[in-house]
Amino acid sequence: MNASGTPSRLRWWMWLPLALFAFFAGLAGYMLTQEKEQFVKSTMVGKPLPAFALPPAFEGRPGAANTDFQGGKPRLLNIWASWCLPCIAEAPQLEALKAQGVEIIGIAIRDRPEDVARFLERHGNPYTRIGADEISAVQLELGSSGVPETFVIGADGTIRYQHIGDIRPEHVALLKAELEKAQ
Amino acid sequence: MIRALAVLLLAMLSLPAAGQDALPPAPYAYTQLEDPALEAKATALMHTLRCLKCQSQSIADSDAPMAGDMRHQVRSRILAGEEPEAVRAWLIERYGDYVSYSPEVSQTTWPLFVVPALLALGALLVLVRRLGRSRADETAAEGDAA
Repeated sequence: MNASGTPSRLRWWMWLPLALFAFFAGLAGYMLTQEKEQFVKSTMVGKPLPAFALPPAFEGRPGAANTDFQGGKPRLLNIWASWCLPCIAEAPQLEALKAQGVEIIGIAIRDRPEDVARFLERHGNPYTRIGADEISAVQLELGSSGVPETFVIGADGTIRYQHIGDIRPEHVALLKAELEKAQ
Repeated sequence: MIRALAVLLLAMLSLPAAGQDALPPAPYAYTQLEDPALEAKATALMHTLRCLKCQSQSIADSDAPMAGDMRHQVRSRILAGEEPEAVRAWLIERYGDYVSYSPEVSQTTWPLFVVPALLALGALLVLVRRLGRSRADETAAEGDAA
């Protein structure tokens, strides 16, 4: 065994740690250029709607409970608030869904009755029921992390689909398709 | 002109209200539990839960209303006798592992725990073999000298 022979025999795998390091450095660099998923998705999709019962958010509509989603047909559960600006943007789309015969049940997050009433007067009221969630308790039960968010609840009472953010015109058909799937 | 100014002023006054709710924080958002032992449990847990609105902060560090509502859930559940890990599991069931800062061994994370252990084991093996070999060389050299 001579001193000059050993290094040349080991050479190929001696580069391995450096190659590994370069790979991870490259991976980190690449990941930095990728857009990060901004929202946390609910992992409740596919699970039954948790039990809840919320008082009315204002005088004009009854409150909302999980039992209101039982029976017959899929429905939309819309998480919104009068203080939420994108909720104004999605109001026409909710109206469009309502016009197509979709039942929409609302949950107003951290809201006051007078603000809810004013918002609905100004932007329309597509809801059959609106529950008041003053401490985001039901929102947390649903795995929702912001307003607005819309859940498709199947005819069997399971959560079928989550739409994060405001519903834009191009999302209406998508939600309609998810509702049909949830029959 | 004056009317336009008044309208502008009104618009500016009403702006801060938009995008921010007007309700007071949840009861246990900023109020500690009376029992110091329970509060310590709750605080320790809150430091390891991610704020969903401000994702690089824990709910203990955040002033977002939703973080306050999450602190309320944590404190009221601990007060009701739930164990911190049960509260963590309740949140993970809803938001996935991402909500917790405390690393768990799961189907996707097990290599993070196994690979370092394997590397350490490999390094140890190499070290033992090298040391053994150099000792053998030494004794061989000594034998030659004798």
